[in-house]
Order: sequence, then C-alpha cells, then structure tokens
Amino acid sequence: MAQRIRQDVIRMAGGPEGAHAGGSLSCADLMAVLHARLLRPGDAFVLSKGHAAPALYSALVQLGRLPADELDSYAQPGSRLFGHPAHDLPGVEFATGSLGHGLGLSIGLALAELLRGGDRRVYTVLGDGELQEGSVWEAALLAGHRKLPNLVAAVDRNGLQITGGTEGCVALEPLDAKFAAFGWQVRTVDGHDLAALHEALQPSPDGPVMVIATTVKGRGVPFLERKVAGHYAKLKPALVQRALAALARAAKGEPS
Amino acid sequence: MTQTIAEVELGPDPRAAYRDTLIDLAAEDPRVICLDSDTGGLENTFAERFPDRYINVGIAEANLMTVAAGLARRGFIPYVHTMATFATMRAAEFLKVDVVGNRLPVRVIATHGGLSAAHFGTTHFALEDLAVARALADLAVVVPGDGRQIGAATRQLHELPGPAYLRLGRSATPVPQGSAPDFRLGRARTLREGTDMTIVATGAMPLLFALEAASRLAGAGIDAEVLELHTLHPLDRDGLLAGCRGRAGVVTVEEHRPQGGAGDAVAEVVSAELAVPIRRVAVRGRPGARVAGQRDALEAHGVSADAVVEAAGRLLDHTQNTDRKTR
Repeated sequence: MAQRIRQDVIRMAGGPEGAHAGGSLSCADLMAVLHARLLRPGDAFVLSKGHAAPALYSALVQLGRLPADELDSYAQPGSRLFGHPAHDLPGVEFATGSLGHGLGLSIGLALAELLRGGDRRVYTVLGDGELQEGSVWEAALLAGHRKLPNLVAAVDRNGLQITGGTEGCVALEPLDAKFAAFGWQVRTVDGHDLAALHEALQPSPDGPVMVIATTVKGRGVPFLERKVAGHYAKLKPALVQRALAALARAAKGEPS
Repeated sequence: MTQTIAEVELGPDPRAAYRDTLIDLAAEDPRVICLDSDTGGLENTFAERFPDRYINVGIAEANLMTVAAGLARRGFIPYVHTMATFATMRAAEFLKVDVVGNRLPVRVIATHGGLSAAHFGTTHFALEDLAVARALADLAVVVPGDGRQIGAATRQLHELPGPAYLRLGRSATPVPQGSAPDFRLGRARTLREGTDMTIVATGAMPLLFALEAASRLAGAGIDAEVLELHTLHPLDRDGLLAGCRGRAGVVTVEEHRPQGGAGDAVAEVVSAELAVPIRRVAVRGRPGARVAGQRDALEAHGVSADAVVEAAGRLLDHTQNTDRKTR
C-alpha cells in the first residue's frame, strides 16, 4: 500500500494545482500500516495533519472507500478531493487541515467509546510542525490525565516545516520527554520500517500511546527528499516520470 | 400597559436555572454529556448525580470544543460550558471548524454574556459574541430575555439536530411583571402591541429598557410595539416583518456591540423588505475603565431606556420630515 500511496501522491502533485508532496510521502508508510493492517472495522482514524490528504485519498481508494479514478480529479473543479479532507467524504469523519485539531477530536471519539463500554480504537496522525500549536498540548494534557487506553497517536517526525527545520523554527526536542511528562506511552521508531511501526502502533492499557515516527520528508523521491521546497510541489510531467521511476527502482531495491 | 424597572422583580439565577434543566435532561436522555472547562458549579451538582457523564477538560476552551465534536460524532449530545467571550473568541476556530463545520449537536452554554460580569473587567466582557455566533451561520443562537425562559430554551435547543449557542448572564436580572413567559424557539415574542413604531430587544436588561421606554413614549402619545427577539438564528423573518411593517421606524436594543449583533440581524431581514429606518441602541465606546455594575455600565455606554426614547424620537422627527404617504 505504501508504494501505491507514493505513486498516487506524485500523480496528484502532477495535477494542475500540485499537492503537499513532502509530508504526504513522509507519512506513506505510517498511513499504509494503519490502514492496511491496524484499523479494524469501527476503529477511527483522524488525519490531524490534513495537508497529507493525498496520502489519505490513496489509502481510501486502496481500501475501496473511494473509486480509483476519483484521484484524477484531485483539487479540480467539481471534485470531492480538496487539498485538505472535506466533510461528507466517505471515510473522513472530520474535515481537517487547520492544525492542532486532530488530537482533541480523537480524544472525543476515544471518550465516547469508553462511555459506551466498547473496545474500538482511535488512531491519529499529527505533523511535527503541528506540535507548535498550543491546542495540541491542551489535548495532550487531557489524554494523559485520563490515561485513555484506546488512543494511539503518531507524529510524522520529518523535521521540516515551511521555512526550514523544526528545530530552527521553534524547537520541539526533546519530544519524547515532553509527551512522557504529559502521561503518554512514548515509542520512537523508524517511520519507514513497516514492522517496527506495526509493533509501535499497538495501544497500551497504561495510557495513550504516542509514536514518534522518525521519517524523511519527501521519502522515496530523491529530488524531494529532505527538501524544504518539497513541502508543496507542482510537478511537470517529466518530473512526475522521474519520480515514478525512482519509486519503481526503490521498490526493486535498486539504487536511486 | 405601563411598566418600569422599579416595578419588576428579580428573576432566577440564570446558571442555576439552566443547570437544573440540564440535570433533568440528563436523567431523561443518556446522550447528554456535561463537558466543563473548570467553570465551577457543575462539579458539585451535575457531576455528583452523573459522575460518568461529567468530563472536566480543564481550563482549555479550544480543546473543549474539539473533544465535544468527537463525542457528538459518536451520537452523544455534549453540553460545553465556558464564558461567552471564550466560547466565541478564544475557541472560535474550534467552534467553527469542528462543531459547526460538521453540524454536530453540541450545545455551547456561554455564560457571562454582555456586561453581566461587569465588575470582572474587560477580559470578561462579551460584546462581540453574537456577531461571531451569527456569522457561523449554521449555529442556533438564543439569548433568553427573561430568566424564566431559560429552562424552556434549553429544552427546545436540546431537540435540534445541529449545534446551538445559548447566551446566559452571570447573575439574576429583573424580569418583567406577570407570569413566566412562553418561549418558542425561533419566534419573536410580542410584549406590547403598538402601531407607531417598534422596539426590538434582545437580552434581559435591553428588554427592561425597551419596556420602560415604551411606557414613557406612551406618556408622550407614541404607541410603540415591543418585540423580544431571543432567537437570533434561525431568525423569525415573518414575525419581524409583521412587527415592523407600516411603522415610522424600528429601534433595536441589545447588550452587544452594534456591529453584527441583534440590530444587524433585524436589519438584514427588515431592510430587505420594508422602507423603515432602523436605529441601533447598543454598547458604544470602551467600558471597563472604572468598576460599575451591569446596569450602570450599560447605561454609561449607550444602552438605556433614555437611549431608546432618544432613538425613537429621532426616528419620529425623521418621519415628520418626510412624506409618510410615500411609504
């Protein structure tokens, strides 16, 4: 699933409006493990970093929630696929894109499940730059305080935001210590290691889980990797072909 | 009918009246959840009765809205509690995106409306909240003008499929004479019939000022109708048009800035259909430099019976200077 997410993200970035390619590519493996392996019927998923919508749309297509050819309409007039997930789209419970909302929404879903005595889980993916939003920490305090056993959050820790590195903008580290101090079960993993992600994304009876997934922004496409400018990309056809070729080589284990 | 503020008595404590209804609703409807932002008064009432359905998110109004949206998405009806200024200004974007954007049945209970916390100072004034709440478009907005309506208003809002905003004052205010008034969500209420002009009031103190002004105008031979507009969304278009048609003018009175509040709501409907001038009596200037009670602070900043009488006089002067036959 991750490979196809990356291919779809590149195709969407080749569309007339371009796409948030860098942060969609960095979380492709995370999204794939969650959607292909972990989310059970009734479990909830909230994409707090709503600008990774292209990755989500690809996952929803691969799960059969959206028709495959709908991806071609991305960001074009009449399409349901906005640059950020909109309300009323199948598989999307909340419109997201304004950063700092997803964790609180997920807490509401998790509390609702506990009130009903159910065992469904809530998963959410946040961006690392998003953690500069104060509302994230309001939510982090509450989730830790209530020791929510059915909440698993993951940070796509690609280290970059629009103007440069997160640490040069407003530093986030030590991130693991911050969430641990807020009462979370913190697990730091290679965000491109599918097996490690699968293990880390399991819930804990001791409280909410925060997976810090160390990733590479633009992962899989050499000319986008670790590039600040790759945050938003409008790719010409030749670059789309170059990117898809690089993804194909990487999938075969060949050097890029 | 003649009525002055001196003749009226104090209504119920608004927060207590609301809370009693919430507890009744929770007993009847298991979907009711009480979400608190550490406001005080719910932890020793609602929480003791329904500990599992009381969630205090702490002093965190943004998170209050998002957590409520998550609960509402799963079929609960969260009642969120904070002050009007925090609900609509500090948490505005969370209210807009998460609650209203998804049309979720969250009930925003916004206390300390207007200048009802006058002695607390400017940070606790809510004089812009109705403009924000109205601008969200899909949010039902109710401002009970009589403390005795709060229970009925809460119950009627409970039945709505979408989100709602209930603005309450901090403390008890006087209520007009007579038995507890009927409350019909979305319907303007006529307190006094009149044919010369119309006063539309939103909120408890404005309603008292409107009644007092109407009484004084009657003494001067001017027959003013008084409408209570407690629901700003959905707006009672038909009721407003019927109440303003053929009149020399309309005066609106509210405990809010003139921008975006009840006066603008009335104008949006009335000025589209009728050639009737509308003057707004609303909070002007910059309250909060010296401590004053709610009523004194309002009167010092443009909202008083005098201000209503003066506005009415200007409308009538205006009318005398124009050809009424052309109306």
